[in-house]
Amino acid sequence: MHILVIEDEPETAAYLQKALGESGHTADHAGDGETGFAMARDGAYDALIVDRMLPERDGLSVISGLREQDVTTPVLILSALGDVDDRVKGLRAGGDDYLPKPYAFSELLARIEALARRTNPDDTQTRYVVGDLSLDRLKREVTRAGQVIPLQPREFRLLEYLMRHAGQVVTRTMLLERVWDYHFDPQTNVIDVHISRLRGKIDKNFDTPLLHTVRGAGYAIRDDRG
Amino acid sequence: MSFLPKLFRTTTFRLSVLNLVLFATAAAVAIAYIYWNTSGLIARQLDGVIQAEIQGLAEQYRAGGMARLTKTVAERSQTPGESLYLVTDRNGRYIAGNLTSITPGLWNAVGQIEFVYQRRNGAESQNRLALANVFRLRGGYRLIVGRDIEERRAFERVILSAVLWGLGLMGLIGLGGGLLVSRNLLARIDKVTATSQTIMAGDLSERISVTGADDELDRLSESLNAMLDRIEQLMTGLREVSDNIAHDLKTPLNRLRNRVEDALRAKSGAADYRDVLERTIEEADDLIKTFNALLSIARLEAGTTEAARGQIDLAELVSDTVELYEPLAEESGMKLETRLLQKAHISGDRQLLGQALSNLIDNAIKYGRGQGKAQADPIVIDLKKRGDQFEIAVADRGPGIETRDRKRVLERFVRLETSRSRPGSGLGLSLAAAVARLHGGDIKLANNKPGLRVVITLPASGAADAAET
Repeated sequence: MHILVIEDEPETAAYLQKALGESGHTADHAGDGETGFAMARDGAYDALIVDRMLPERDGLSVISGLREQDVTTPVLILSALGDVDDRVKGLRAGGDDYLPKPYAFSELLARIEALARRTNPDDTQTRYVVGDLSLDRLKREVTRAGQVIPLQPREFRLLEYLMRHAGQVVTRTMLLERVWDYHFDPQTNVIDVHISRLRGKIDKNFDTPLLHTVRGAGYAIRDDRG
Repeated sequence: MSFLPKLFRTTTFRLSVLNLVLFATAAAVAIAYIYWNTSGLIARQLDGVIQAEIQGLAEQYRAGGMARLTKTVAERSQTPGESLYLVTDRNGRYIAGNLTSITPGLWNAVGQIEFVYQRRNGAESQNRLALANVFRLRGGYRLIVGRDIEERRAFERVILSAVLWGLGLMGLIGLGGGLLVSRNLLARIDKVTATSQTIMAGDLSERISVTGADDELDRLSESLNAMLDRIEQLMTGLREVSDNIAHDLKTPLNRLRNRVEDALRAKSGAADYRDVLERTIEEADDLIKTFNALLSIARLEAGTTEAARGQIDLAELVSDTVELYEPLAEESGMKLETRLLQKAHISGDRQLLGQALSNLIDNAIKYGRGQGKAQADPIVIDLKKRGDQFEIAVADRGPGIETRDRKRVLERFVRLETSRSRPGSGLGLSLAAAVARLHGGDIKLANNKPGLRVVITLPASGAADAAET
């Protein structure tokens, strides 16, 4: 993926560029809002990482400016503030996701990959298939190897989100946000227990596990045999 | 000596001067009005007397000519009084009358004139003011009929000096009074200023003295003192909190540092380094979480966070949160039980309330386990409406919290476990309390006999369509 990082702090920017490079992406850097705006408008990027506080032009203004010019590149906002209302403001300006500083790079990577993937028009897909596991969004039915697996509504949504991002890492925070719509940090890791329950239903009685734990990052659903 | 200029700049002094000027102007206008009227009346009376004299003399003159006039003037001049007469021939020689000396210019004048004449009073003669009419008669004779108006002038002088003295005294007394009052007030204000300077210099225990007069200054002082009490209280609280923060963040930082140092010293392999680094990241993440929680509490308590308010259904929020924690509870061998209203709409922030509630449930799962029982009692979460308030209660059958500790655990970083073996920052309840307060509600800890019952009360918004299940 080709990513543009708009960040005024040189060290953070260099770290992001390096880490994104190591993850198999290429990243350009803009040090202020105006330059970032021009680069994002003219270059073909798969995703933008925009810091909220920028010299020359505020991050939110850059994003809304781009949206006005019909640039639909997905944007991840980075912010040192981290309030709930701050997140709302960021999304209202046209951002697609929001990550408060300080963050784990694995979290940022998972989110930016999920964002870039979102531009693919697979939201209209009514069936997700990973290996012999399939999920029918219309019938709200999950089968594995032809066998129907009964799921609770929330378990269904959890699996649906994982399968939409099949092959990608999905973090615990992303799951809490997208499946439960909770944007805070629960003191205990509640998501892990939900995942192990789901795993018990879709993986337990089958030979190949599909739902994998990615150490230090989150979870991914994928068929390793393929 | 900057006292006097300072005094002149006081509001009280300026107000008294202004008041004085206004009053003096009003008094001067009133006195002037009275003066003009009185002196006008006197002038008219005088004029009337002179006219009557002239008329009388004119009658004599018409009846008996010059001889009769001269005789009458001579007669009248004998009677002592204020009337003045003089008859002269064409050369200005005296024929009759009591006006002995006149200035030559008087002869050329015709009509009414004011002039100074000399009156003989025994041996002395004095200059006096007179008002007279000069007539030219046939044959070059002249007649002057007038009246001494020295009395009137004296009267005017008396009034004028009375006015001047009056105004002068009024100004003096007014200024003096103003200065006195201002000095009094200034002294009290200076005291307040001195006290506040001491406070600014760092002594927060200082208070402004109250005179006991129960006037507006006393009331101001009392209200300032109350404010100072509140500030002192907040400052003390803040100091305690920062001490706690320093302690609670220093300990894990130290631990983190020691672990890294230890790993460096051990000269072990890459795998060990990796392990240490991973654990370091975990601890750093925990520290960040603690920081975030602290910041959130601070912002909530300061009221600087704009809660993203919306209409939310508490029943839905509670069941969502319970659903999120259910598997965790089961894994810890506990159960969550809910008794909920069907609908409980309030205006609130779903994220904040969800976080508060999840902190309570999390605590109940961690600490709410009854001891020595094979099957743990369920944690009961109920949502009720009482009056115009909703009550969300999370009740467990654990060891509970002693009455004396119940208020304390709501404070930041207070953890009753002295060993601090179980994970947690000691901020969960503080955050829940801050969220409840931000929504105009409250949080209370009660005895569940046995166990702990934490109750969040939130004001119901408007006409809530709540119904008991």
